[in-house]
Amino acid sequence: MLRNSPFFQLYLARLREFYRQPARIFWVYGFPLLLAVVLGFAFRSRPPAPVQVDLADGPGAEAVQRAVEAHNARLAQSDSRATPDGPLPPIDLSVHPQAEALRRLKTGRATLAILPEGPESWTYRYDPTRPEATVARQTIDNVLQEAAGRVNPATTRDELVTEPGSRYIDFLIPGLIGLNAMGGGLWGVGFFLVNLRIAKLLKCYVATPMPRRDFLGAILASRLTFLAPDLGGLLLLGVLGFGMPIHGSLGLVVLLDVVGSLAFAGIGLLIASRTATTETVSGLMNLVMMPMWLLSGVFFSSERFPAAMQPLIQALPLTQLVGALRLVILEGAGIAQTEILMALAILAAWAVGTFWLALRLFKWS
Amino acid sequence: MTAPAIRVKDLRKRYPGRDGPVHAVNGIDLEIRRGECFGLLGPNGAGKTTTVEILEGLNRPTSGEVEVLGRRWEDDPTAIRERIGVTLQETRFSDKETVRELLTVFRSFYGQGITVDEAIKRVSLESKANALIEQLSGGQQQRLAVAVGLIGDPEILFLDEPTTGLDPQSRRQLWDVILDLRERGRTIVLTTHYMDEAQRLCDRVAVIDYGKIIAMGSPAELIARLGGDHVIEFAVGGVDAPLDLEVLAGLDSVLSARADADGYSLTAGEPHRAIPALLGALEDMGRPLLRLTTRHVSLEDVFVSLTGRHLREDADDDGNANGRGGRWRRRRRSRSAAG
Repeated sequence: MLRNSPFFQLYLARLREFYRQPARIFWVYGFPLLLAVVLGFAFRSRPPAPVQVDLADGPGAEAVQRAVEAHNARLAQSDSRATPDGPLPPIDLSVHPQAEALRRLKTGRATLAILPEGPESWTYRYDPTRPEATVARQTIDNVLQEAAGRVNPATTRDELVTEPGSRYIDFLIPGLIGLNAMGGGLWGVGFFLVNLRIAKLLKCYVATPMPRRDFLGAILASRLTFLAPDLGGLLLLGVLGFGMPIHGSLGLVVLLDVVGSLAFAGIGLLIASRTATTETVSGLMNLVMMPMWLLSGVFFSSERFPAAMQPLIQALPLTQLVGALRLVILEGAGIAQTEILMALAILAAWAVGTFWLALRLFKWS
Repeated sequence: MTAPAIRVKDLRKRYPGRDGPVHAVNGIDLEIRRGECFGLLGPNGAGKTTTVEILEGLNRPTSGEVEVLGRRWEDDPTAIRERIGVTLQETRFSDKETVRELLTVFRSFYGQGITVDEAIKRVSLESKANALIEQLSGGQQQRLAVAVGLIGDPEILFLDEPTTGLDPQSRRQLWDVILDLRERGRTIVLTTHYMDEAQRLCDRVAVIDYGKIIAMGSPAELIARLGGDHVIEFAVGGVDAPLDLEVLAGLDSVLSARADADGYSLTAGEPHRAIPALLGALEDMGRPLLRLTTRHVSLEDVFVSLTGRHLREDADDDGNANGRGGRWRRRRRSRSAAG
């Protein structure tokens, strides 16, 4: 029975065409995972890096060395996050003759040089326009002053926030899910259809009694099928690889991704409705995707853009999809929350509008 | 079985063009009988593909009437599609499907038809049934395209330039497929710009040029209209002056004479009388003979004689020629140079 169903046969053909091209599988599924891993590690929460400091050899240098060693030893003993001094980084001290230390500073190989002038007197030499130099100046001065007997008059406490759910990777994964939905809709529907037109296959199909709604249905069904490993892969990576929490309902995450994908499939269909060359379709894809890559808050928050641009940014489907996914995954928002309903409405409007227009414009030959 | 397979009345198709509208099809009347193999012949840009696409329901005419199997496209397109098969020019099927898979997909579109295995057998692709399409040669892919056209067991099969770009062996294999289909009593409509192909396969042909039918009949009838059965082609050396075509045409048994790109060609009833007369005439003119061949008249000669006359009147118009049409163009140009 399924053998004679045009819908099922076209759907199968689309799946076959996809899984028989390993390169495509990598770019669709592997690449976003790789991107998440690379960016997740690049921006992971780390203990502060050691501060590089040069010390000019001479009388008084020994006192500085002792103070630094004591500081580093204290850091190594305690859980580095909760020192009484706050999160001071370890200090990486290297001792050179004075001329050499000055030369290293001049050529930029050192960030700061300490020139001892007596047992409790020394000069810091550094370039204040280099941020790492001012950090080194604060750190080493604190360490040396306290070693020399400074007592801090006020009591302070540090509370450090590196909780799962508020790190960059947690921000990134919903962004990548949205990005995949966009890429899948535009490439998987738009580019695919234009290629069929170039190969004259659309014409070949339409010369047969194939029901056209089955053709469209098969493309959408395969798109939603490809969504499953895509969404699953990124969520699993987030949860298992990075300990990302999913506070909201998984069903709502799936619903958002499906509605978002339909919106992007509609945009893809619209792009493909008349386009007959690869060059044109690539140009149109970039035209559509570029603003969303930049503005929709995939890699950094879209709230950083000026207020005047916000209405435009909020109208983009990717902004809505990514924003709503973050609300559900990271903040546990439910479907009744205004922002989620709003996002679903905007995505559905995109889907309905683009499909309506595309089906009117679509040319089979 | 009363209605003809295809009936076309005063068919016209106009496209907007840069210098005013282009009349791709300019008033065609046709009646294609059931069970015949009908060829539409003509150079590229003559309007063959546009005409066939209108018959296939892929293109809409500007005006005129089209009936396919007694039905009109406006009334019941799906019913017509169920009963015709279409093989388009240069379709590229998805590389990553097998022959059997592709045909299974297309078979699912039709309410009735032949089995996938039967379709594979008809185009002799049994050994490639489970091969990916990317592993097929050009000729095999073209046969697969014909199998796609056959899968719904159509009453009419349309073939648009089925052998263009194929090597001689693949062409012959495809011809066998078409001849087999003709024997099964199916109606076949094919376009081609290969005259030998039309001569070999078609019961009747229509020669199209500039969107109009300029001759119609069986290949034998059209050839007979030229008068002679033989063509004598020759080239001469000596001074670079052209020979007088009227003198050549007046030779014993010669029916017509024309200049080609690289020589002259005569149609003659009896070569054994025409050749001695030609040799004598050339000797009188002092022009040495460089080459001489004779052959039977073909549809190609019919075409050149028809379009040649046509082109002498508006020799500047070569807007239709491109790539594959080069052969025709060369002849046309030589024609106008001589005239």
